Amino acid sequence: MKDSDKKQGKSVVNDDVLTYCLRLGDNAMVTSQRLSEWVRNSPTIELDIAFANIALDHVGQARMLYSYAGELEGKGRDEDSMAFLRDEREFGNVLLAELPNGDFAKSVLRLFFYSAWVLPLYEGLNQSNDERLAAIAGKAVLEVRYQLKHSAEWVVRLGDGTEESHKRISDALIELWQFVGELFEADEVENRLADAGIGVDPTSLKGAWDNTINDVFARANLTRPDDDWHLTGGRSGQHTEHMGYLLAEMQVLQRTYPGCEW
Amino acid sequence: MTDEARIAELEKQFDDYVEADNKAEPKDWMPEKYRKTLIRQISQHAHSEIIGMQPEGNWLTRAPSLKRKAILLAKVQDEAGHGLYLYSAAETLGRSRDQLEDDLHQGKAKYSSIFNYPTLTWADVGAIGWLVDSAAILNQIPLCRCSYGPYARAMIRICKEESFHQRQGYEIMLVLNRGTDAQKQMAQDALNRWWWPSVQMFGPPDEASPNSSHTMKWRIKRFSNDELRQRFIDQAVPQADVLGLKIPDPDLKWNDDRQAYDFGAPDWDEFFAVVKGKGPMNKARLDHKVRVWDDGGWAREAAMAHAEKESARRASQKSAA
Repeated sequence: MKDSDKKQGKSVVNDDVLTYCLRLGDNAMVTSQRLSEWVRNSPTIELDIAFANIALDHVGQARMLYSYAGELEGKGRDEDSMAFLRDEREFGNVLLAELPNGDFAKSVLRLFFYSAWVLPLYEGLNQSNDERLAAIAGKAVLEVRYQLKHSAEWVVRLGDGTEESHKRISDALIELWQFVGELFEADEVENRLADAGIGVDPTSLKGAWDNTINDVFARANLTRPDDDWHLTGGRSGQHTEHMGYLLAEMQVLQRTYPGCEW
Repeated sequence: MTDEARIAELEKQFDDYVEADNKAEPKDWMPEKYRKTLIRQISQHAHSEIIGMQPEGNWLTRAPSLKRKAILLAKVQDEAGHGLYLYSAAETLGRSRDQLEDDLHQGKAKYSSIFNYPTLTWADVGAIGWLVDSAAILNQIPLCRCSYGPYARAMIRICKEESFHQRQGYEIMLVLNRGTDAQKQMAQDALNRWWWPSVQMFGPPDEASPNSSHTMKWRIKRFSNDELRQRFIDQAVPQADVLGLKIPDPDLKWNDDRQAYDFGAPDWDEFFAVVKGKGPMNKARLDHKVRVWDDGGWAREAAMAHAEKESARRASQKSAA
């Protein structure tokens, strides 16, 4: 291989890892934003604490991933530039993460779907050839394991609880199901990173996800919809109409007072 | 001995016991008025932590940096935790958390009046940490030695976290005052709005404070409202100087004889009006709390129903075995 090819190869990998870190960071960031909305608004004080705690874990993950992305890019952008100064079309989170909270049933089910996906993802990344990603994932695994357990318990409570709670979570299931398929899609970036032993092939996560969902749904008296049609677009920055409002709120101070320290 | 005489004797013993700095514990005999006073004070304190989540929670989704967002999330989470410890401490006196929360929702219980003011800018989050948490710490540190054991123990843990809250607030103000003119103005405006309500957090002047004398005797309270207020002001003035902010009190002046600051009289009419419900956010805060409680009812019922079904299933498995 010629030196120039090697360099080019390295920079392709570098760009891919950068894109990948931003996607993972955006998932954590947007999830944190939605969870924060629950704090002071949830059915019990204990749940306020749990939402704040899980939101805090996600801010922590976003900060590590954004900082690493900034270093890979090498243009002096830090974690805050990544969170507050990129536009909607540059965000690569999955659509599921950005949907409005809805009622408690919808939020809990979304957190459960997301956690059942991101746990095997981080477990896989913990074995990444990229040491930095592996370390970030190693820390996140512990946090995500708790949030999967917490959200699964609530899915069971709501599914099994009362007629009303069963109806609410069943309605949420129908609404959210169309956003599940996107989680397991791979694009060229993710395929190249999976081949290089750096990233995780999203299609490989489906089996673990199915097992978790089937097990919890059996206890919650919930039935999976059989329609697998789904919406997509998050990875390539084509979001739902909700995303602009989420970012407008989140970015307001950095956009209104450019270049300030806070 | 008549019942009355017997009670009078027990009360005398109790008064002597706590006056000698001994701790009363949940199973000890205590005067009914002591119990009621503590339930009122501890539950008000718990409600204040919970209602206090609202003004700061208002900025959780708009915190201007990821570091600030993380700190604010941790702080609001701490406040919810403080509310829970305090409800537990109050429950040891025989009133359940459900009853206490219901008192709040019915408008029968009070919470700190400071939370009836709105958080209008990011600097308000800084001002609350700096001033409101400073005032809270001054009120709370003596409570770590309060005569009621469970309350004193809860306060030790709470005070540790409050001092972190105070520091983060002061640091927000410090960074704003190192920043642009717009940021400095934001900080000054927040100080202007939060100063007097913070000075009022110690309650009315000593001569107009109805509950003070017996709480001092019972070692629930150790310092008078005015003593604590003076400490707060003496501590805040040099801090404001470091920040480069001006405290909005034209009468504020160092008094060499007293070795303390003289200061102007807060607007007590406004204070009592806000206590009685006529503050900018009284209705909004309580309405929010009640709405959230009502909206969450179905989820709490579901959790109860599931727990009951589970225990019935376990019982029938057992009997089948």
